[in-house]
Amino acid sequence: MQEQHLISAEEFCIHHEVEFSFINSLQQFGLIEVKTIEEDRFIDPEKLTDLEKFVRLHYDLDINLEGIEAITYLLLKVKQLQDDISLLKNRLSLYENA
Amino acid sequence: MEFVDYYKILGVDKKATEVQIKSAYRKLARKHHPDLNPNDKEAHKKFQQINEANEVLSDPEKRKKYDQHGKDWQHADQFEKARNQQGGQGNYDEYGFSGTRGNEDFSDFFSSLFGNSGRSRQTKFRGQDYNAELHVTLTSAYKTHQQTITVNGKNLRITIPAGIENGQVIKLKEHGAPGVNGGPMGDLYITFVIDNNTMFKRDKIDVHTIVKIDLYTAVLGGEITLDTLSGKIKLKVTPEMQNGTKIRLKGKGFPVYKQEGIFGDMFITYEVLLPVNLTERQKELFMELSKLSK
Repeated sequence: MQEQHLISAEEFCIHHEVEFSFINSLQQFGLIEVKTIEEDRFIDPEKLTDLEKFVRLHYDLDINLEGIEAITYLLLKVKQLQDDISLLKNRLSLYENA
Repeated sequence: MEFVDYYKILGVDKKATEVQIKSAYRKLARKHHPDLNPNDKEAHKKFQQINEANEVLSDPEKRKKYDQHGKDWQHADQFEKARNQQGGQGNYDEYGFSGTRGNEDFSDFFSSLFGNSGRSRQTKFRGQDYNAELHVTLTSAYKTHQQTITVNGKNLRITIPAGIENGQVIKLKEHGAPGVNGGPMGDLYITFVIDNNTMFKRDKIDVHTIVKIDLYTAVLGGEITLDTLSGKIKLKVTPEMQNGTKIRLKGKGFPVYKQEGIFGDMFITYEVLLPVNLTERQKELFMELSKLSK
């Protein structure tokens, strides 16, 4: 039942024309999680956007896995900071409009 | 429609080699790539320009045509028509990262010069995610309700399930910015800010409140009317109720998010109010009570 909600890692590689070793490397770097069910490997659909992003960074921009790892961490920090700024701006506007 | 200087966009000389063009493209793409610049429209736009410039300059055939026509690019239309009549259309080896074949994100200049089938490879990108903050009163958050919000000029009617928490983020799939090159739309993330417009203090699914009762009700017991989030209720006060006593009203708290019919509890703390401005008679009676208690 659970398999129906997952994406086959093999199909992903065929569709995106990437080697399976790339998925393995991402997994080793802790950037994605691959689930193994009866010897078949699957990806959580929620993580598909991230995985496609990693493919673009690696194949389109020539960024190695160490770079992707650093970028992922920094983008997370950027997002947190953007959220903080957005929250503070909203709070500030409450005082300014009061 | 203006002439687009692709060499200027990539920052290379007109005599630049393929390697130099590739290197300049990679360098700029790394700087302005949408994946590396989330929520940055300027970077997005710049990346499209870089992509377009690379599309032309990295392809010897297109580069030749671009160099030939240069600023007289308007004549390219005639060139294109003549070529079409000779049955030369559609010879490009098109393939796409995700099978995209549209031309919607290239400039009019590009379309004019190379037609609608001029691209050889184009990556499609998911649109930017939008982040929004929505203020909801505590009484509104108690019930499932609908609210209309405006995101980037578009009105969106959303259903807010009862029990939403302060700071909780919900994702509305594909309500963000449109994708690039036919990619999927981004998502909309709404962070809820719960404004407390009540006397209740919320602690996840439980609510806390202080109920003030007079000394006589506290000592002798009685019945009080109490406000809860679902309306008024009558509550019996047992005699000799001590100040600070806390009691729990089961199921009178906050609804559990997305679990219909399940509620937290309400905790009330009694605060006994001592009488003030006593009459002479009241003072006498208190003195009598005091003597009896000794």
